[in-house]
Amino acid sequence: MLERVQVIICGGTECSNVESVVLKDAFESYLEKIDMKDEVALILTGSKGLCPLGPVLVVYPGEIFYTDVTEKDVKEICEEHLKKGKPVQRLMYNDFEAQKRIKKNSQVKFYGMQKRIALRNCGVINPLDINEYIARDGYKALGEILVSSTPQQVVDEMIKSGLRGRGGGGFSTGKKWQFAKNSISDKKYVICNADEGDPGAFMDRAVLEGDPHSVLEAMAICGFAIGADQGYIYVRAEYPVAVERLYHAIDEARALNLLGDNIFNSGFNFNIDIRLGAGAFVCGEETALIASIEGYRGMPRLKPPFPAVRGLWGKPTNVNNVETLANIPVIFLKGADWFKSIGTKDSSGTKVFALGGKINNTGLVEVPMGTTLREVIYDIGGGIPNKRQFKAVQTGGPSGGCITEKDLDTPIDFENLKNLGSMMGSGGMIVMDEDNCMVDVARFYLDFTVDESCGKCTPCREGTKQMRDILDRICEGQGTMKDIDQLEVLGRMIQETSLCGLGQTAPNPVLSTLKHFRDEYVAHVVDKACPAGVCRELTNFVIEENCIGCTKCARNCPVNAISGWPKQIHRIDIDLCIGCGACKKSCPVSAISSQPKRQEASL
Amino acid sequence: MKTLDELKKLRDKSLDQMMMRGINNSFRIQVGLGTCGIASGAKPILSVFLSEVEEKKLDNVSVTQVGCMGECAYEPMAEIIDQHGQSFVYCNLTEATAKEVIERHVINQEPVLRLLLTTKKG
Repeated sequence: MLERVQVIICGGTECSNVESVVLKDAFESYLEKIDMKDEVALILTGSKGLCPLGPVLVVYPGEIFYTDVTEKDVKEICEEHLKKGKPVQRLMYNDFEAQKRIKKNSQVKFYGMQKRIALRNCGVINPLDINEYIARDGYKALGEILVSSTPQQVVDEMIKSGLRGRGGGGFSTGKKWQFAKNSISDKKYVICNADEGDPGAFMDRAVLEGDPHSVLEAMAICGFAIGADQGYIYVRAEYPVAVERLYHAIDEARALNLLGDNIFNSGFNFNIDIRLGAGAFVCGEETALIASIEGYRGMPRLKPPFPAVRGLWGKPTNVNNVETLANIPVIFLKGADWFKSIGTKDSSGTKVFALGGKINNTGLVEVPMGTTLREVIYDIGGGIPNKRQFKAVQTGGPSGGCITEKDLDTPIDFENLKNLGSMMGSGGMIVMDEDNCMVDVARFYLDFTVDESCGKCTPCREGTKQMRDILDRICEGQGTMKDIDQLEVLGRMIQETSLCGLGQTAPNPVLSTLKHFRDEYVAHVVDKACPAGVCRELTNFVIEENCIGCTKCARNCPVNAISGWPKQIHRIDIDLCIGCGACKKSCPVSAISSQPKRQEASL
Repeated sequence: MKTLDELKKLRDKSLDQMMMRGINNSFRIQVGLGTCGIASGAKPILSVFLSEVEEKKLDNVSVTQVGCMGECAYEPMAEIIDQHGQSFVYCNLTEATAKEVIERHVINQEPVLRLLLTTKKG
């Protein structure tokens, strides 16, 4: 691929696809005629966003935009521009904005709509080099605070900023610090909660791996504010890269005396150690986390007394989440007023979301609070792949609930998500499309909480298991309408009678899918059908008339249940079929659909 | 670290190093090496960049690793920042295309547009 010139032809769906293919063919044949075929690369790409202007061409080098190109113009472009290097003025598009759009990262919506505070250094600095963090004003906030502030001023600034805990609870970080500061004790502790356990959330990992020093600096600031001289980072052992980089970062900070004794000659001492967690979901709860650090089984205990009064080894302790901490140095560099000006009235700042599931741009995005779910999913996330229909989005992982199409325009903040029956949680956002069975999704999350329940309270230990058994029955086609009512009763009871957040929120996925997709539950129970074609016992795959006989399905079938000659419509032997769905995935023309079982008789 | 002045001096020095000030025609290559990047094969890409820079004696290029850039779906990624601060994000790199990027962008000063994230995302 060492062509001198590259011609990019917009082949997006909005412009007629046919037109672009015709153009490409015209270019190909003309270039062959003038013997330049080897010098020019013709690339058919996705939409350039200028579709109302008709077929768009971009010629590199030089990034010349041509709009409204027809077959007749091909000759002129080839002769004048490609051969002689003189762009055809008549067809050129001169909108400067449109040209920039292709060039700059910030012009791509994915970056343009984001505001990076917690992730400001991720992907920018070398996490293994403290100097690069310092080059980005690292440890400046800590230095300024130690030289010229009192602990109470620091706490006041935090309260003023309105920062709320990003781990899920959403409690005011400043107030938390105030409680810990007010406790009188000879020894206090700061803990960083890096036990990120939500399936589908990985923002804490990204911060620890990409910018570990911001967490260390924030912990030292917190230590100064509440009067602690020892910090612990409780991080899952499943994050080996993060652990390694944290150890390295702590060593580097110690070598420069940014941790250790008498930091900045202020008489303030602060050290940080790492404690590895075994990856138990319940240890994300602060009292369970503290028990785990102390060497006991990770089980939550009754609050009060809160950790701010009696925490680690009975001493006042402040626990903050990684993402919360990553925001803190910036708040002190730019001021609480600046931070407060971002986001909504009661939820200031930004939130990082981990986009996953059926979405084009899986990854981490950080947006100001108040951005709508639709903007996050469609504009930043790029929408649903394979032209499928959006069905629901699950926020808050196994503790949250699903949000449907009609609520997509809700601005994201702590209260709004709670009102929708979901929650902010740690910021996992799993998008589901029409191929997802909501009963199966609810069962998946419940499966997770059944495994992760610590077993202390009966409602959570036994109740979630009973709920899962009911869901299993429904998915296998053995369910009754009474089972659905039973699910609701059990769910409410578990919510009301569990001790910690895990149990109180465990039924949420079931209750919210029951609320929004009750008809799917009913279809499973009454019609014995899985509308999405996921639950194996209730699905029946059928090959439809538009089969092109490519034989891909037959080759992918693990049990040889598909027969048919090439170029002829294939058939599935229902008796042999195990309903794995491999054929459906492999079909290039979507000719395989899942029909409800009840239709099997009529077919 | 004893005073704010000391920190500021270190900051200025590090910033100069990071921006490669005083080096003509400089390039900083940042390879995304978060768990997501490593899982999709960023480590061999980093080695390709390092060995190419060493082999071709490119003194104006610094290769460094960074964390996750957020676009996990497009890993392995590398960002090239030129002396004007213009950033080019290359995505879905392979060992062959990484070599091509060095050859064409860094040596011949011509960005490989078809591999850019902005081209792929449109």
